[in-house]
Amino acid sequence: MPKLAYFTTIGQTRWEEHVTAAPAVAPRLRGIRRRRGLVLAALLAALGVAVLLSITVGAKAVPLADAWQALTAPTGTENDIVIRSLRLPRTALGVLAGLALGVAGALMQGHTRNPLADPGLLGVTQGAAFAMVAAIILLGAQSLLAYIWFGLAGALIASVGVFALGMVGGRGGPTPVTLALAGTAVSAFLYALTSAIVLLDEQAMDVFRFWQAGSIAARGADVLWQVLPFIVTGLVLAMANAPGLNALSLGEDVARGLGQNIALTRGVGVAAVTLLSGASVAACGALAFVGLLVPHVTRPLCGTDHRWLLPYSGLVGAALLLLADVIGRVVAPPGELEVGVVLALLGAPFFVALVRRRKPVRL
Amino acid sequence: MTALPLRVAGLSWQVRPRGTAVTLGGLLLLALLMALNMRLGDIPMSVAEVLRATFDPADAGHFVVMELRLPRALTGALVGGALALSGAIIQSIARNPLASPEILGVTTGASVTVVAGVVLSGSAYGGASGLFSALGIPALALLGGLAGAVTVYALAWRRGLDGYRLVLVGIGVAAVFTNVKYWLLTVGDVNDTGRAMVWITGSLNGRGWEHVVPVGLALAALVPLTLLGTRSLAALRFGDDTVTALGVRTNLARALMILAAVLLAAVATASAGPIAFVALAAPQIALRLARCPQPPLLSSAVVGAVLTTGADLIARTAFSPLELPVGVVTAVLGAPYLIHLIWRARK
Repeated sequence: MPKLAYFTTIGQTRWEEHVTAAPAVAPRLRGIRRRRGLVLAALLAALGVAVLLSITVGAKAVPLADAWQALTAPTGTENDIVIRSLRLPRTALGVLAGLALGVAGALMQGHTRNPLADPGLLGVTQGAAFAMVAAIILLGAQSLLAYIWFGLAGALIASVGVFALGMVGGRGGPTPVTLALAGTAVSAFLYALTSAIVLLDEQAMDVFRFWQAGSIAARGADVLWQVLPFIVTGLVLAMANAPGLNALSLGEDVARGLGQNIALTRGVGVAAVTLLSGASVAACGALAFVGLLVPHVTRPLCGTDHRWLLPYSGLVGAALLLLADVIGRVVAPPGELEVGVVLALLGAPFFVALVRRRKPVRL
Repeated sequence: MTALPLRVAGLSWQVRPRGTAVTLGGLLLLALLMALNMRLGDIPMSVAEVLRATFDPADAGHFVVMELRLPRALTGALVGGALALSGAIIQSIARNPLASPEILGVTTGASVTVVAGVVLSGSAYGGASGLFSALGIPALALLGGLAGAVTVYALAWRRGLDGYRLVLVGIGVAAVFTNVKYWLLTVGDVNDTGRAMVWITGSLNGRGWEHVVPVGLALAALVPLTLLGTRSLAALRFGDDTVTALGVRTNLARALMILAAVLLAAVATASAGPIAFVALAAPQIALRLARCPQPPLLSSAVVGAVLTTGADLIARTAFSPLELPVGVVTAVLGAPYLIHLIWRARK
């Protein structure tokens, strides 16, 4: 793979450039490079802890030993049923959605070079919402599984539409600004239609308002299997896209000069973002802002090299989503607080504190 | 884009012919739309009837024109202009086409207090109704908007105001407000949720002179101020070091312009709700029409006014007797047009 090796060195050159050009930052960047493996291990450990908490904590607390027994040798006790049919799918969905949104957010901000870009920017979130409420009033859809299928289809169609709009008339593929603006415009258009529908139909409004708050509760294993292939494909595409994105962040002209196929790189990136965020948003609701916050948290940890930024963001996203979900289960008994609400209440102040404390790493 | 110098008595300005043409053309279109707005509705009137009704208090149509249609149309135009102007300022300061008053915490803060007011004063939380219902929605919105802006501003200030940090802090605060709003929408009765949704989308239904006056005053005071700041704003588009070298007091200029943007958005939101998409789209549309490097302030305001007035005309009459919130139509009209402009520019 000579091409891949080539881009690896581009990533390196960029770092060296930074180091020599700005001596003041150099020690920090060297520190980042030395610690990268260590931080990765720490993030994996944090995710592990979050998974354990998510399996054991809830309306019915399950001791760790019982949980282990339920996973390895179930005997049909109440605990076994709680763990295997409720907690396990919920945890797995949380991990998948968190990974997907974190990675998609980093990818989206990298491609648009815009710190305001969230993974729903290409119309994914609003496409899913519109397809869902339209299915409710036009086709009388009533099951969660149907909502998710329509949501997924809507997300994919909207995103492809935005990309096509960005492509038209362009020579080397869509520019970041065109993509971002086209995405915002299409999102606003779809949101308007959605709000018109929910204002007219009470049932659609009821489904929509809970979807909007975001939740990973009460989605069975069937939902999990449904979104799994999309998310796995998306993750593979995203990682394959990382070196190309590093080259693109040197500027389109430089990237083209280095032999980079810009349209292809953008296309693969957009496909990955669409699959990742479309599947998670359809299954868990409007949680795309997780993908907006997470890369700003991880960028100070690993710099702007996407080969590291993407996995870091995925892990942080997954751990954050699970922790928020666990907290949402216990803060408001006997009910639960939606994961999106907890995420915003916890994650955003942390994010603001981080932005205030450090000089933000620019895109 | 060519700019012509205009010199009068030792002072000089830049005049951009294309920008001026956009502003004048927009004003003309606005006047046409206002006239149409007076004529159309449940009781259609001819131009002569409208004129007679306007000046004769004894005429049967006087109430319809002067108390219903005119204040509503004026509110729409003023609110649209204020939101667009606010958006143009923020996009220039943040140097980001995706920025809007949401980033400053204004519209999201107002949404939280209003939704809380509507939902919590419902049957489920009877105890909370006293304070919320006494304040009234415009006051609630104004309070929430200003509180939101103060929060963002205080959190973003750190030995000066950095545009990039302001944007990042703004997204964080907006995420909190938005999700609190979503949560509030889930706890209430579904009917209350519907009422709250109409406000969140932005509606001009039943707006009277009491809504025209505050926005009118705010615009009268703030438009000259922002126009004075045009040059500083143009300089702020470069990096901070360059701006300082150009002789602009960065922090002061930025703080004043942000204050103006906050007040404009807060007053507009209090009158008609956070009408969707106007603040984001109008500056981008104006910028492409006038072919400027950054959003032109006056043209943006005019485009915003035209967009909102036109949208309200459709929202009010197209599905009569059913009425849509104006925010639904602004996005349906504005989005395709913005896409068309982007598309044309690429060719």
